[in-house]
Amino acid sequence: MVVNIMLFKLTLLLYGITTLLYMVSVVVNKPNGDNWARRVLVVAFAGHTLTLIMRFYEAGYTPVTNLHESLSFFAWTLAGTFLVIDRRLRMAVLAATTSTIVLILMLFGSLMPMGIQSLNPALDSLWLPIHIGLAFLGNAVFTVAFVAGVFYLLQERMLKSKNFSALYHRLPSLDTLDNINYRCLTLGFPLMTMGIVSGAVWAESAWGTYWSWDPKETWALITWFLYAALLHGRLTTGWRGRRAAILAIVGFVFLLFTFLGVNLLLPGLHSYSSMTG
Amino acid sequence: MDIIVVGLSHKTAPVAVRETVAFAPENMQQPLEQICELPDVAEAVIVSTCNRVELYAATNATDAALAQLKQFLADYHNLDFAQLEKHLYTKHGEEAIRHVFEVASSLDSMVIGEPQILGQIKTAYGYAAEFKSVGLILNRFLHKAFSVAKRVRTETNIAGNAVSVSFAAVELARKIFGSVEGKTVMLVGAGEMCELAAKHFINNGVNRVLVTNRTFARAEKLANEFSGHPVLFENFKDQLHQADIVLSSTGASNFIVGVEQVTSALRLRKNRPMFFIDIAVPRDIDPRVNDINNVYLYDVDDLQGVVNANLKERHKEAASAHLIIEYEIGQFQSWMAGLDVVPTIVSLRRKVDELRQQELDKTFSQLKHLNEDDRKAIIAMSSALMNKILHPPTKVLKLAQKDDGAQQYVDALQRLFELEIDAPEGKLKDVESV
Repeated sequence: MVVNIMLFKLTLLLYGITTLLYMVSVVVNKPNGDNWARRVLVVAFAGHTLTLIMRFYEAGYTPVTNLHESLSFFAWTLAGTFLVIDRRLRMAVLAATTSTIVLILMLFGSLMPMGIQSLNPALDSLWLPIHIGLAFLGNAVFTVAFVAGVFYLLQERMLKSKNFSALYHRLPSLDTLDNINYRCLTLGFPLMTMGIVSGAVWAESAWGTYWSWDPKETWALITWFLYAALLHGRLTTGWRGRRAAILAIVGFVFLLFTFLGVNLLLPGLHSYSSMTG
Repeated sequence: MDIIVVGLSHKTAPVAVRETVAFAPENMQQPLEQICELPDVAEAVIVSTCNRVELYAATNATDAALAQLKQFLADYHNLDFAQLEKHLYTKHGEEAIRHVFEVASSLDSMVIGEPQILGQIKTAYGYAAEFKSVGLILNRFLHKAFSVAKRVRTETNIAGNAVSVSFAAVELARKIFGSVEGKTVMLVGAGEMCELAAKHFINNGVNRVLVTNRTFARAEKLANEFSGHPVLFENFKDQLHQADIVLSSTGASNFIVGVEQVTSALRLRKNRPMFFIDIAVPRDIDPRVNDINNVYLYDVDDLQGVVNANLKERHKEAASAHLIIEYEIGQFQSWMAGLDVVPTIVSLRRKVDELRQQELDKTFSQLKHLNEDDRKAIIAMSSALMNKILHPPTKVLKLAQKDDGAQQYVDALQRLFELEIDAPEGKLKDVESV
């Protein structure tokens, strides 16, 4: 077996352990109960980084050109982003949810054909890592905003209805969750913008036109407008709390569709990374 | 040695009875000294709070000491013994240890998990130490109780969530704002509960207080008290947007804050969240305010609901507290049992050595032809024999002492060899005082 695939499976296992440990720490709900989960997550992320390096080495190009690679790369950016954010937050519930998403991405990725194909000449460019890296980093940050948004809504509902479940005592304050939304938005939006712009520049040199309205571009633009509206609302008219949380969730759905739905359902210029690769 | 408890609490006696047996903190020396003069009480501690009066004692004669303590309670307070006895509970051995651990851990309190009781027991122990009514056993016992209470507090969530309405309000505010530090509280109207809640908010970091009242002088007075700012009742609604937290308890018969005012206040605040606490009955704030985004409204019943849910949560936590306590009881009992191990071993050796001495004398008086070397050899042999025989039981006892099973061996040895144990007896505190 190829080294990168072995490493991928090991990483998948480590993410599985991480998720399990985080879930236990949520149930037990003790201060610093997530120490071990975090340690394993750090190891898993390191293993994942090594996986990508090996894949890069064995394939000879940045491994983001088929669905298996994209899913793995997305999971990697999400795990990395979360590790950075979690350094300050340390919230087991958020961590358990995010690591579950990472695990799902990895499981999904493990079901895809994992073999290395020869690189489509159109993708043989330095723009590949730049464009994809920025786009997925943006995605990762928005995923954290999505998770915070879901918990914001759950907790807001409990506070309004005065009906508290066991989850209530495990959640951070509304203010903290809303803050995550804001931080992620101000970080994710420039990343996404740069991802789209870099794609356009690359398209100009590869296809001869900045914008060709292929499905990926169109949906990315729609998603961009959604986040732009949210950012604008936040900064000017004080959209916050519930509305911001809902928009972060809707934005994430669009984002997922732009990433996966377009790949799987709508053929276009970006169809390098469909199921068949 | 046994640990015993005699007492009454909110569970067994009404306040009318409890107050008659209470001990005044400024006069603890006399009762402590009197208790220690009781014939069968070796050490004693008096715990007296508004919810309980309890005597903890160490004794060698459990039943007699229990009777003496009961009599003492009645005599000291000049009460009718029969009347008082109805309300008293007595505990000894494991039950007594468990009881004191539970009391210290606040499992026996009226509001389970309340933090005061541990301090009260520490104070009680302080008096006992000051007036030298505690010795080896109770010193160790109470320190154990303190550490058990600490474990329960840190390892369970028994004191986790607010069980008073005003603390519940602070906790909810924390859930909304993250921290109440730097937030502004507005008091609308006055009332005991309102002021108490305001105090809790200030203690937790609220640094700006606005006070409004139909009577402006009253608003000014309260504002002074909280070093806040008085606001004219006529225009408090224009100031509403400044408040993150609004505490309302006026005597108004209609709603004084409605959806419209809150919506416009929110606009001025750029949707920063607001938390309304309506303590008034009839209510001051239109309940529909709760439907506005970023606004949270709690009335008295809502807060009481939170408190009840938290209480229920505490009772659940009590289960894990009991596990800790059971474990610690075992630990303490093995220490108690260990107290008897060394004296038993000493007494066993002495007994066997006496027998050896007697038999040697008898033998030597019959065998007069033995020379000095022969005699020495026989003496050495007898003492080697004794050591060989005593070695295994000594080892077993010492091992059993470590893992909690010494008592049965101590009992067996004492009976089989008709041992007399001479310690610990009498007033231990004379031997080893604090």
